[in-house]
Amino acid sequence: MTTYIIRRLLLVPVLLFGVTVLIFAMLQFLSPVERTALYVRDFPKNDKAIEGLIKRYGFDQPIYVQYWTWLVGKVDKTSGVREGGILFGNFGYSRSASQPVAELIARRFPNTLDLTIWTVAPMILIGIWMGVQAAVHHNGFIDQAARVFSIVGTSFPTFVFGLLMLLIFYANLHWFSPGRLSDAYNQVVDSSSFTHYTSLLTFDALLNGRFDIFLDALRHMFLPILTLSYISWATFLRVTRGSMLETLRMEYVTTARAMGLPERDVIFKHAQPNAMLPVLTLAGFSIVGLLGGVLITETVFNYPGIGSAAARAATSLDVVAMLGFALFNGLILIVANLVVDVLYAFVDPRVRLS
Amino acid sequence: MTVTAPTGDNTLLGENVATRKIGRFERFLGPENYRILTGLLKTPASIAGFVLIAFFIFISLAAPLIIPPVTASDPFKIPRDGFRSDPRPMGSEWTRNVPDVPFWYKAVTGKDEWVHLLGTSEGQYDIFYGIVWGTRTAFKTGLVVTIATFLIGIIYGSISAYYGGFVDNIMMRVVDILLILPSILAVLILASVLTPRIGKSLIPAMIALIAFGWMGYSRIIRGDILSVKQRDYVLAARVIGVKDSRILFRHILPNAIFPTLVLASLAIGDVVLSFAALSFLGIGTEVGYADWGQVLSFARNWITSLNTYWYIIVWPGLTLVLFVMGWNLVGDALRDVLDPRMRGKT
Repeated sequence: MTTYIIRRLLLVPVLLFGVTVLIFAMLQFLSPVERTALYVRDFPKNDKAIEGLIKRYGFDQPIYVQYWTWLVGKVDKTSGVREGGILFGNFGYSRSASQPVAELIARRFPNTLDLTIWTVAPMILIGIWMGVQAAVHHNGFIDQAARVFSIVGTSFPTFVFGLLMLLIFYANLHWFSPGRLSDAYNQVVDSSSFTHYTSLLTFDALLNGRFDIFLDALRHMFLPILTLSYISWATFLRVTRGSMLETLRMEYVTTARAMGLPERDVIFKHAQPNAMLPVLTLAGFSIVGLLGGVLITETVFNYPGIGSAAARAATSLDVVAMLGFALFNGLILIVANLVVDVLYAFVDPRVRLS
Repeated sequence: MTVTAPTGDNTLLGENVATRKIGRFERFLGPENYRILTGLLKTPASIAGFVLIAFFIFISLAAPLIIPPVTASDPFKIPRDGFRSDPRPMGSEWTRNVPDVPFWYKAVTGKDEWVHLLGTSEGQYDIFYGIVWGTRTAFKTGLVVTIATFLIGIIYGSISAYYGGFVDNIMMRVVDILLILPSILAVLILASVLTPRIGKSLIPAMIALIAFGWMGYSRIIRGDILSVKQRDYVLAARVIGVKDSRILFRHILPNAIFPTLVLASLAIGDVVLSFAALSFLGIGTEVGYADWGQVLSFARNWITSLNTYWYIIVWPGLTLVLFVMGWNLVGDALRDVLDPRMRGKT
């Protein structure tokens, strides 16, 4: 087990290297002028200034030199100050967000994490519940309804579902609104009287004793949570149903029934726990997927998380921010996948032994 | 003890005898592939799926008859009825850039002149025109991306599986790296950096979807080949000295490719969906190009007044959902047919 974890950990820098090289190579499609253009404000663009920037940051160098510079930065010969260098924690300055990339990630990521945390429970629990119901009523009306639900669910593009939710619950009913918080509360949160313990807004609101802010934050997150869950319910339903059907056919279930156990106990105490293994894997990967896959949902709901920031960076050709987001996303996803695999090995003895 | 002869109909014995005729088509495909095909044509859900797909194929073929292009040289340009920014409701009068009236129009709508059947979106682009001609865009992008990803995946996966060992290891690590980033982020970045090189068109998004879309196929075909590779006839071919490439393409691939082929043909729905998502985020075609994602993206500025302008998202959204659903219905039936637990029951 320990060697397995160590082997996986050794692979992390290799994968990260691969991802950054990949992104770096893609960015070479932009000419040096296009990569610097965002940083020169005058119009028409000052050619001298652009040339100066290209020289200064070495955009005219071969790609491996540029990559090395991006990794370790450049030491100014006269002052001895190191400029840039991702290994030294310098992610660069994002023009599209007008702040350093590291700061941007630090501000945006807690929002995404907050959204993810609140999505996990409804996404998994309701999905499993529907799957179990479908399996128990195999081929019955509930099963057919679940099947239709899951096909409709997988056919809905995230952004179309999100727009529909906005049409119904925001534009018509005025129950929920896009964004992060109501304006009045934004001021409270930014003021010094509000302590940011965890930087997760909902938890901070509770810790500060501001139940109204907590509710307001949840109210803004409701539609994104619903959208993210709805898209995943179909998959959870299908996997749970399949696994549950297989388990219900096993002989120990027949034994339990033959012993005269009530059907409730047979299903929920004997069959369901054993049917949960494949669902557990799915749950792991879905949570990891949420951390990286909220790009479109956040954009539709104008939610200030890391996904909408990444989308903005990509569409405005903000090279530095794109690299930063890709690196950060890659890191998070690699580590999270590792955690899921290890946890899975703990739960399922068969994986541990092989 | 008296020995009695077995009585009753013995189905166990009967099953080994082929009781039905095996047609030429079945012999051509092989029993397993034939079972997959016929299985697909039996469930009501997949038939509904095929009907939806056929409907969209019809729309895309008949687009010039349904609504004739206004600029003949560029039929994908959605005609603009003026330049007002706010959308106009369904059935409102069409005054500028009016297409010719087709033969079905009067009979169905009872009007002599074109009106905006499904309204106009921001900038007076006609939504009906966008949806009808967008069907062609959808099939075009879906087919090109699916065929390209399939070919790349097959070639990459089979080389990796055939040579095995070190080569396989390296090639599969490359696939791992390509799969780390969420695909929408990777595709978005590649498409947006390609746009200044190639210009605003379908091509950057298509290249990006191809570049990050083939890995799944290569993994599936690799697994299938690894199992086919162990068969005796492959060993026999090797013994008599057949060239590597010939063994791979003539003996292994034809026996391993069918499930991947069917899966790929159903991926068109997903490709169109990703493509629409990219257009929605603002990557892709010129403003006013007939493309479902773009028609939907016009709604982004009207979120607060969607209660009045509901038609700018409902119609294009519904079209996209139905299109994807057609492919998913067939795909769902396919998953049942391909499920090994279902084998033997047709």
